[in-house]
Amino acid sequence: MTDSTDPLYQEIQGPSPRQMLKLRAFGHKGLLFGMGVVGLLVLIAILAPVLAPHDPYAQSLMNRMVPPVFMGGTWEHPLGTDHLGRDYLSRLIYGARVSLLIGAVAALISGVIGTAMGVAAGYFGGKVDAVVTFLINVRLAMPVVLVALAVVAILGGSLTVVVCVLGLLLWDRFAVVMRASTLQVSRRDYVAAAQVIGASTPRILLTEIMPNIFNNLIVVITLEMAHAILLEAALSFLGLGVQPPTPSWGLMVSEGKNMMLFEPWLVLIPGAVLFVLVLAINLMGDGLRDVTAPEGRS
Amino acid sequence: MLPFILKRLGLALLVALTVSFISFSLLFLSGDPAAALAGETASGEDVEAIRRLYGFDRPMLVQYGEWLFSAVQGDFGESYYFKLPVASLIAERLQVTMLLGVCGILFALLTAVPLGVAAAIRPNSLIDRVALFLSVAGQAMPSFWFGLILIVVFAIQLGWLPPSGAATWRHFIMPTIVLGYYAMPAIMRLTRAGMLDVLNSDFIRTARAKGAGEGRVLFKHALRNAIIPVVSLAAVQMGFMLGGSIVVESVFALHGAGFLAWESIARNDLPTVQALILVFSMFYIVFTFLADVLNAWLDPRMRSS
Amino acid sequence: MTDTLLSVKNLTLNIPTGSGTLKAVRGIDFDLKRGETLSIVGESGSGKSLTSLAVMGLLGKSIKRQADEMRFDDIDLQKANRRVMRDLRGNRIAMIFQEPMTSLNPAYTIGDQLTETLLLHRKVSKAAARARAVELLEKVGITAAESRLSQYPHQLSGGLRQRVMIALALMCEPDLLIADEPTTALDVTIQAQILRLLVDLTREMNMAMILITHDLGVVARVADKVAVMYAGELVETGPASEVFAAPSHPYTRGLLRCIPQPGKTERGAPLGTIPGIVPSLIGDVSGCVFRTRCAHARPECREAIPLRGDASHEFKCVHPDGALSEEGEVA
Ligand SMILES: Nc1ncnc2c1ncn2[C@@H]1O[C@H](COP(=O)(O)OP(=O)(O)OP(=O)(O)O)[C@@H](O)[C@H]1O
Ligand SMILES: [Mg+2]
Repeated sequence: MTDSTDPLYQEIQGPSPRQMLKLRAFGHKGLLFGMGVVGLLVLIAILAPVLAPHDPYAQSLMNRMVPPVFMGGTWEHPLGTDHLGRDYLSRLIYGARVSLLIGAVAALISGVIGTAMGVAAGYFGGKVDAVVTFLINVRLAMPVVLVALAVVAILGGSLTVVVCVLGLLLWDRFAVVMRASTLQVSRRDYVAAAQVIGASTPRILLTEIMPNIFNNLIVVITLEMAHAILLEAALSFLGLGVQPPTPSWGLMVSEGKNMMLFEPWLVLIPGAVLFVLVLAINLMGDGLRDVTAPEGRS
Repeated sequence: MLPFILKRLGLALLVALTVSFISFSLLFLSGDPAAALAGETASGEDVEAIRRLYGFDRPMLVQYGEWLFSAVQGDFGESYYFKLPVASLIAERLQVTMLLGVCGILFALLTAVPLGVAAAIRPNSLIDRVALFLSVAGQAMPSFWFGLILIVVFAIQLGWLPPSGAATWRHFIMPTIVLGYYAMPAIMRLTRAGMLDVLNSDFIRTARAKGAGEGRVLFKHALRNAIIPVVSLAAVQMGFMLGGSIVVESVFALHGAGFLAWESIARNDLPTVQALILVFSMFYIVFTFLADVLNAWLDPRMRSS
Repeated sequence: MTDTLLSVKNLTLNIPTGSGTLKAVRGIDFDLKRGETLSIVGESGSGKSLTSLAVMGLLGKSIKRQADEMRFDDIDLQKANRRVMRDLRGNRIAMIFQEPMTSLNPAYTIGDQLTETLLLHRKVSKAAARARAVELLEKVGITAAESRLSQYPHQLSGGLRQRVMIALALMCEPDLLIADEPTTALDVTIQAQILRLLVDLTREMNMAMILITHDLGVVARVADKVAVMYAGELVETGPASEVFAAPSHPYTRGLLRCIPQPGKTERGAPLGTIPGIVPSLIGDVSGCVFRTRCAHARPECREAIPLRGDASHEFKCVHPDGALSEEGEVA
């Protein structure tokens, strides 16, 4: 006696998983803000030569420490000039390139290392797991800033060296998260099924494991990128990262520090931009985690 | 619990050994330590003399063995720059860093735990939002910049606090805040997540069914369980903080071990750098070891096994 | 003081969810005299736990509770403030939960958790509380009770933990014990022991009990009254003997067919199952909720359903006799 008009039979039409994802993503303010700001800064970095009003390296000893417009400066230098008379806005714009490049490449390098280690540990378990866990322990015990500083000091500070050092140091979170995710995924039935039908290990890793831990990987990449950007800034601030005259935000803060007493904006502006970029990337990462794994939201 | 402690101790020693080897190998990263030490202007003869003087001509493993053997006895050699025993140099500077680290972790715990608990009691309330904002901001805050801002505001503009140095307790206020704020977000988030989790558990319902008041439910029944992972995290953060104190110490010109590290790195004083890396690692290893033991003791399930 | 210990009239529980209001419990009535055992039966998700938590005042903040009356002894539970409720809980109304494995706090010893209840409600010394704990542990059949006090929950098996939970509930000699499926998580042999224990204890202490269970076999033996719950409503209530002898609602009959009855069910004969899906309770719920699974459903089942039977044995069905005359086809 089924009656199709009976409201008790009406199944509630839920949105599909993909639609749910979209709904959640568009309802997530942090994610939207993060993606917006990061997108904008990436665009600025790419278009730097077009957007920058001046050559970021051009010194002008006549125009040193011109204040920004909002502090009585002129539109010629909207954000003023630094102690060598270089246009601050232009340096800031080119600095976005340095930060984003270092962040992205370092996250990529450490992502490859950490993911390989984590997936191997989670999938093979046993001795492999023991070795990887041990290496993670060793890595965590090393003071990152100190080791990075020492290595950069020995090898000489250049963009490449900084990127490589950070890439080689920041793989721990990738390894930890990927290990846990792989462990979780490889317990599922379809992996067991693939093993039973005799699929090769690389095949299982690529077609069964990787797609299922990809969401987590993206989240960690974002968060580690933010981490790398902050570390680069700190190294450059300490004078042992990217070397002058390269426009790095950390370096700009460091250069402005000596004039801080009279011209605090020299420190405030690059630091604030750095803060906003890292904040946006973190919000994006947190948002991605919330959106892709709503059950793990805290 | 003893087998657990022994096993954990074995791991700690193994990690320490590996770290010691890595920090020692840093010396060879430059290719020729003797040349690096002699400087760019030195002649070939000078370099050779230095090579023999410091024993760089022997096999690396032999050198490592010797270095480790003396390091275990507290002898890290002589600083190239200060011409003093590295061990006494570090010991002297470590006091400031330790003090800063302890203040920093206390500051972090005293802000993060109450905030995390309050946020978990009322999710999505104003206090939860404030806590979330503080933690998100803290994770994005470059600590050197935060330190400089504090100096601009509280030392330069308002003149309330001294901008640098370590003479009085007032010198430690801003560094403590900067270092503590660095550790605060993670602790806050973990406390909040742990409390939320525990508050939803069956035994909390049992406690309420007994007629326990809300305060008792929260602090006696919930927090006691939620705090266990926070203890480990605090130890890890403490280890990270000591390593990260290098930035804070340089901003506030606090002459601690972090500042020493910065000086010696800038001056190519490798024995000091090696020793500092080892010392900071050892702190991390000891803290996490103690935290694991404390954890095992706090958690009855591990205590009795 | 009246004879009726607990009386609940027209209790409704609404839970706001993302896709609408879930009307989890709708207009249920029941009452309980001192020393009486009321059994609430019904399948998973019918709202039994919610109902008992509503009596305890332990519903989550988001759940909206409405009732015409909720009275325990001479206390109006709807008007009672937190203090009053706190004094009741654990003291005069105690509850045993469905999940023995997780209902004890892993961080404290059994002794601490047992004595806490007594220390909260009575002015007794710690030593006296411990003595009472030992006495009750022995009463619930735990050997070496003294030494158990210093053990932690993880050191006990599920059956033992549930015994501890029972002892915990009895610490203050409550007037009413709510046992929410106290045995579902346990082995069959232990289930019988625990139930036996509960029944003996309620008799001994002249305690009223609300026993929530899936197991109709148990109900038949221990309950004075039965309330059959389906999708948030009580579809049939009455004295246990009558409900079992003459089940009137089609759902009750369906439930009874699901259990083998010694003497009645032939060996090897198929046990009945009730086909169909439980309806979603989000949105507008009217008429008989069982109609989506009832073999005797009529178009009228969508209208308001009359309450039939006499004051002691009631059921809700459009069929005057609960379609008993049409019975025969196995659904
Ligand atoms: N906090 C809540 N939020 C949303 N829905 C809830 C909540 N608590 C209970 N429900 C829903 O209310 C209904 C009744 O739940 P309840 O726990 O009372 O069932 P039950 O009869 O005790 O079932 P079981 O036999 O499985 O214990 C279920 O459909 C459940 O999903
Ligand atoms: Mg239930």
